[in-house]
Amino acid sequence: MTGQQASRITYTLDSSLDSVNKVEQTAEQMARKAGVDEDEIFRISMAVREAAVNAVLHGNAYDPEKRMTASFENTGADLVIRITDEGKGLDPATLPDPLAPENLLRGSGRGIFLIRSFMDEVHFRQLHPGTELTLIKHLGTAPTGA
Amino acid sequence: MSMKISTRQVDGITVLDLGGRITLGEGSVQLRDSVRDLLAKGQKKILLNLGEVNYIDSSGIGELVSAYTTVRNQGGELKLLNLTRKVHDLLQITKLYTVFDVKDDEASAIAAFGTA
Repeated sequence: MTGQQASRITYTLDSSLDSVNKVEQTAEQMARKAGVDEDEIFRISMAVREAAVNAVLHGNAYDPEKRMTASFENTGADLVIRITDEGKGLDPATLPDPLAPENLLRGSGRGIFLIRSFMDEVHFRQLHPGTELTLIKHLGTAPTGA
Repeated sequence: MSMKISTRQVDGITVLDLGGRITLGEGSVQLRDSVRDLLAKGQKKILLNLGEVNYIDSSGIGELVSAYTTVRNQGGELKLLNLTRKVHDLLQITKLYTVFDVKDDEASAIAAFGTA
C-alpha cells in the first residue's frame, strides 16, 4: 500500500525481510535521485535498513499482524525517512553502548549506533503502541560516519 | 541478495570464500551454519575471505563476532582476509577492526595461524 503527498512516499508493509529489503532499496533510490555521492548513498541506505530491521525484528517481532510503515521525503534541504513499528516501544536511553569494552564482543546491538553514525539527525518518538524513528540527512553537508 | 560461500583447504587451514551480502536472514545464517559445521568436524583454524563481500549489515557484523567468539571458545582461531573498503570502515567505526586479526593477502593470513 503506498501513498504520495507532495514529495513524500509512504509504504505500509508487513513485518518481513522482504519489507526490509524494499525499504532499503527505496532509500538507495531516493539518495541516488537526490544526487549524493556513492559513499553517502551507502550510508543512508544502510541506516534506513537498520531502522527497518529494528522495526520488523525488534519492534514487531516478525508478527504477521503488525505493520511497519516507511515514509521517504526530500524537502530540498533534507532527506527525511520515518520508520514506524507497532511493538512495545523503544527507549534509546536504555540501549547498551556497543563500543563499551564489555559489549564489544556481543553478537548484536549495533544497529542504532550505525544509524546515528551515518545520519545527521535521529529522533525517537513513542507511539503507544510502537515507535517512530526519524532519520534525517542534510543535503549539501559534509559526509558523516565512515 | 543471497550470499555465496565455498570452502577450501590450504595447509591445514579452512578458507571460507564469501561473496555477496552478509545480512539479517540468509547470509548471516549461512555463515553461522558454515562455521558450526566446520567446528563439528574439528576444523578450528578458519580464514574468512571477505574479498567479494560487498555489503554487511549490523546482523552480519554480529555474526562475524559470534563466529570469532565461538571458534575462540573452542580453542580455535578465526581470521579475516581481504576486507573491502566498506567492510573495513564498518569494522573500524564499531571498534572491531582491532579485535579481529585482519590480513590483506592469503599467504600472510595462512602463515599467521598457530601451529598447535
